[in-house]
Amino acid sequence: MIQAITAKAQKTITIALAGNPNSGKTTLFNHLTGAHQHVGNYPGVTVEKKEGKTSHKGSEIAVIDLPGTYSLTAYSIEERVARAAIIDEKPDVIVDVVDSSNLERNLYLATQLMEMELPLILAFNMADLAKERGFLFDLEHLSTLLGVPIISTVGRTGHGVAGLLDRVLEVADGSCAGQKREINYGKEIEGAIEQVLPLISQIPTRYAGSPKRWLALKLIEQDKEIAEAFEDAKLLAAVDEVVKRLTVLLGEGPEVVIAERRYGFISGACQECVKTTTEMRHDVSDMIDTIVTHKALGLPIFLVLMYFVFQLTFTVGTPFVMLLEKIFAALGAGISSFWPAGSDSLVRSLLVDGVIGGVGGVLTFLPNVVLLFMAIAVLEDTGYMARAAFVVDHIMHKIGLHGKSFIPMLVGFGCSVPAIMATRILESRRNRLTTIMVIPLMSCGARYPIYALIIPAFFPLKWHGPVMWLIYVTGIALAVAVAKILRLTIFKGETIPFVMELPPYRMPTAKALVIHAWERAKLYLQKAGTTILMASLIMWGATNFPRWEGVVTVERGGAESVTAVVEGSAEGGVTVGRGGGEAAQMQLTHSIAGRVGAFIEPAIKPLGFDWKIGTALVGAFAAKEIFVSQMGVVFATDGQGNQTLRDKLAESYSGLTGFCIMLFCLIAIPCMATVAITKAETGGWKWALFQLGGLTVLAYLVVLIVYQVGHGLGLG
Amino acid sequence: MVSSTKPLSHIKDGEKVKFVSVEAGRGLKNLLAAMGLVPNTEFSVVKNGGHGPMILAVKHSRLALGRVMATKIMVTKCLHSTLAKGA
Repeated sequence: MIQAITAKAQKTITIALAGNPNSGKTTLFNHLTGAHQHVGNYPGVTVEKKEGKTSHKGSEIAVIDLPGTYSLTAYSIEERVARAAIIDEKPDVIVDVVDSSNLERNLYLATQLMEMELPLILAFNMADLAKERGFLFDLEHLSTLLGVPIISTVGRTGHGVAGLLDRVLEVADGSCAGQKREINYGKEIEGAIEQVLPLISQIPTRYAGSPKRWLALKLIEQDKEIAEAFEDAKLLAAVDEVVKRLTVLLGEGPEVVIAERRYGFISGACQECVKTTTEMRHDVSDMIDTIVTHKALGLPIFLVLMYFVFQLTFTVGTPFVMLLEKIFAALGAGISSFWPAGSDSLVRSLLVDGVIGGVGGVLTFLPNVVLLFMAIAVLEDTGYMARAAFVVDHIMHKIGLHGKSFIPMLVGFGCSVPAIMATRILESRRNRLTTIMVIPLMSCGARYPIYALIIPAFFPLKWHGPVMWLIYVTGIALAVAVAKILRLTIFKGETIPFVMELPPYRMPTAKALVIHAWERAKLYLQKAGTTILMASLIMWGATNFPRWEGVVTVERGGAESVTAVVEGSAEGGVTVGRGGGEAAQMQLTHSIAGRVGAFIEPAIKPLGFDWKIGTALVGAFAAKEIFVSQMGVVFATDGQGNQTLRDKLAESYSGLTGFCIMLFCLIAIPCMATVAITKAETGGWKWALFQLGGLTVLAYLVVLIVYQVGHGLGLG
Repeated sequence: MVSSTKPLSHIKDGEKVKFVSVEAGRGLKNLLAAMGLVPNTEFSVVKNGGHGPMILAVKHSRLALGRVMATKIMVTKCLHSTLAKGA
């Protein structure tokens, strides 16, 4: 046998892993492919596409991890994607990963794969747990009844995986073929199938490989996708008639009865092949659940856990972040040293201020991102995440969101970019879009430096905490209000029904956690290397061009007039030397960013802002924290700490303006990375621009009201 | 004892019921079916807090179900019902 297989080793075999969520499919996938994984998106939709490679007995095996689904109808994106991958990519073998401790529900998907008459293997996963829970299987008999080879596996230890791959090779080369088994759907439905079958004359090319009986069944189930593929009006009209009659006959839609009969078939097979010795599966899980979903305790437990997640993310992450900051600073200094001191080389500025300043600024948050996703992976893999969604569902429901929306919103306090990526856990598109739109209102870590600059400049020490709190709470309140409004207007529609499995609690494996965190980190790095790099370069250009050449008199909106005679031009960027302060200021005011700042001054004047703030706000579009360094440049401070800048701010503006700056930075203009990730995750510019415009308008209105009212009350 | 149909949301903790029907669109019916909730399935209510979602024991899994959904699912109480606790 081994020889026969080696002879075929030239061709790469493709297997697709299908299975229910929580069936241990991903663990098995990780075990099969290790670090050789690639995560992308299915084109046009935001369902993750995971692929990997492995080899067995000299054969190269490509593994596709299909999205976890309970069924294969055309109703959810995941199911459509899984079905499309099976039909269009024609994998050589489909491995359906079945949680053998929850067999009947898991076999529902298997029956649907059986009906597609695909080269199928069932991996009875979590065999160890099933045994522990008192299940005894007669796999040989069950395999005969289902007409499909069954291999028992334990994804986390890799037990049975070699046997599974042996079988994969056999199925792929045809030496082990399944037997066709048909579920008997009862007189009425079988009759309907008989009626529809002869009417199918022309099979749509996409379904050329699919059995006719399956197509007939799908038409009777009124599967939209399949019905649309048949452009045969006569056939569809005839099917409609059949379905109408069936509905009357059965007193229920045929698709419901078909589902019922499938379970009947499964339950019949299980009665013959599965023995339950004890019933103890959920005892521990249920016990934990009575505590964590408790009416009074559930929410506090959730909040405490979230607090720990953030503590972990920031306290453990901060030393690493500081280390990265040092590395990037050293890198910048190292590159600078190639030029003579005080050099005004544009190339130097491009590399140090543009590339390292921009991309480095984002990359320094990498430790936070990795830790955060690690923590989320722990919550997900243990099964707690489903309970968290359960606990907050009641509250989230009131603003028209799903319990699970809470998680990405929480991530948003760290950084909007991973938060928007985390919305992938939401099934409904409307829900997902609404969540993405409000995520920038969660005050991210990059906005913190702005508050840290402004608050001490204008407020006495004992107010620092409350003011900070007020800013964060304002963000949350606005997010709630905006979500509610969006769900009542453009994302209107029935609230997403909350139906979710609460998987039994499990110990996560270290390997899964590492892979999970690494996947996210990789996506984050890719973003930093592409979009954010581009954005940084554009912003660098906007603050450095056109060049200011020495002697210029700048007049800005009548606000003030500055005349400076400084030889050489500005260094731009953040690290301006003592002598370069004024030059840098001149350069910035002369640049596109400065001109835009001046240009918008009349528009932002009602908010209490002048052109200097405007210029810094333009810079903040690249990354929020750049606001601080840009303020440093426009005020021509020497960049030696924030103290002098704070003094200058306090001299120039009132506390009300200071507060309005923070408010505006909180609400307006999501940073360029956010815009880019929103575009990527929503599949187009439309929602990214809507978010950008919408939040900016909202910020303008809110700040306008706050400033004008405050001004009227004589606060500034 | 005559069993009458009731909305699932009225069922107390620990009671065992049989799924009769659900008033929902086809997509939702399919979703419920995929999770194991089809007519004639027997399942029990693990937790019904009176507000917020409920927890059900369906086949060998635990499902969380929103309250709005639960009001639309009609069930009958199984005779000799009730698990150990509650009732």
